[in-house]
Amino acid sequence: MTHRKGKEGAFLFLAPALLILAGITLYPLLHVFRLSLHRRLLIFDISRFVGPENYLYLLGDTRFRNALGNTIYFTVLSVLLELLFGLAIALLLNRHFRGKGLMRTIILIPWAIPTVVSARMWEWLYNPDFGLLNHLLGFRINWLGSPFLALNAAVAMDVWKTTPFVALLLTAGLQTIPRDLYGAARIDGAGPWTLFRKITLPLLMPVILVVLLFRTLDAFRVFDAVYVLTGGGPANSTETLSIYAYKILFQTLQFGYGSAISVMVFLCVGLFTLLFIPLLRRRKV
Amino acid sequence: MKRLVFAALLMLVSLYCLGPFLWQGLTSLKTAADLTRLPPLLPHPPTLEHYRSIFAGHPLLRIIANSFIVATASTVLALSIGSLAAFALAKLPVPGKGAVLLLVLSTSMFPPIATVSPLYLLIRAAGLRDSPVSLILTYTSFTLPLTLWVLTHFFRNIPDELYRAARIDGCTPWQSFTRIMLPLAAPGIFATAILVFIFSWNEFLFALTFTSTTASRTIPVGIALFPGLHEIPWGEIAAASVVVTLPLLFLVFFFQRRIIEGLTAGAVKG
Repeated sequence: MTHRKGKEGAFLFLAPALLILAGITLYPLLHVFRLSLHRRLLIFDISRFVGPENYLYLLGDTRFRNALGNTIYFTVLSVLLELLFGLAIALLLNRHFRGKGLMRTIILIPWAIPTVVSARMWEWLYNPDFGLLNHLLGFRINWLGSPFLALNAAVAMDVWKTTPFVALLLTAGLQTIPRDLYGAARIDGAGPWTLFRKITLPLLMPVILVVLLFRTLDAFRVFDAVYVLTGGGPANSTETLSIYAYKILFQTLQFGYGSAISVMVFLCVGLFTLLFIPLLRRRKV
Repeated sequence: MKRLVFAALLMLVSLYCLGPFLWQGLTSLKTAADLTRLPPLLPHPPTLEHYRSIFAGHPLLRIIANSFIVATASTVLALSIGSLAAFALAKLPVPGKGAVLLLVLSTSMFPPIATVSPLYLLIRAAGLRDSPVSLILTYTSFTLPLTLWVLTHFFRNIPDELYRAARIDGCTPWQSFTRIMLPLAAPGIFATAILVFIFSWNEFLFALTFTSTTASRTIPVGIALFPGLHEIPWGEIAAASVVVTLPLLFLVFFFQRRIIEGLTAGAVKG
């Protein structure tokens, strides 16, 4: 291998990665924008440029608005609960005790279980007749049968599945806080609540914000958790944007309109990220 | 007293994390009659009937093999391509290094649903539907941002002097990469490999879209579309869930430390 002075052939090392990313991530993203400006029906082999027609239709589409509302509700509630539970678990684990490694293994298990498997596990727990949940509570509630309960049941499943990830990141964040800070504050007479509010929370904030960003982006594009648990029902009450887009794309084969919905998911996620980055930056300085 | 409360809280957290899966395990051992009545909570007598039937009556082995092939190939591909690029980003002079890393990171934020329709058309046109190649390429691309991010972090922690010393001793950049840097980054590469493997093992949306035949399905699709004649076969689904989750439990049990290292490498110190 000849080596070019100064460059060290860096481009050759980077080329495969950039090529794959360009071909399988960036190109499809550009292509989906183009598709969204077409009327494209896969079964009839129809493909016609229609400009912004799909987007104009989105404005009046009540099913789209419903899906957007469900997605926002799901995202806000699940991320909020995950942060609260995750923080509680992280604080609990942030000390020396025997069996800490085992505890971390146990916490990792919900994270490692495939989302689809989790969804089917919870579907069984929620079963109105033979489910463990009704048995323990002594109710006979049809958890996945009522529009209000179903969406919250999906949130509960997602919280179970992803709280561990949050807890582990926050635990790692807690470990970066110097111990002597607490000692010094305690000498000055600070109680546990003051310690938490004045030391733990501000110093943990950068990690909390990163976790908040990761989880929000992830929850907003939720697909498998809800799709397998409820299929979007009952009466579209748990249909999220990704599920709606998927159904339009692959069940009705309207690739133009489905792509327009997909683009909206992308734009929402992108917008949120752009709004969020300054917050991350400010914290870092 | 304080220790008792602490122990009780740990028990509570463990029960919350393990409970649903343990219930699935118990369900998998119940007879058909026990499945439709509560109590008893425990299977009595326990039966392996559901395990027998998922291996005899379903193409489960084939589906597990598919997942193994796809997840292993994706991991190898993502790690080879990713470590090359991460090495360059960490140790070589690359113009606009920060911009490249930012661009790569931003692609990890793309929602899968946004790229699934064009990728589907692309794969259909290339005749790669139902072929593991389509999933392997997609997973490689989708895990590259994570791979690059974590590995760049690991390569950066290797002192620059080692690379310079290797170059002065006459190694080409390629030789210093394979002989010096790669072995030193091995722990990081291993940690990342586990994450990529688990992602590929669990991915659902693309697997559902790119496969149409039972024989080409991967595990998540197989579990989601588990066939039932009249009603949902809860016992068999539970047995299949346990079987496909075992390799993951194995990974978590033995490599907990590495996994957490990989998960937190980018997020906390980045």
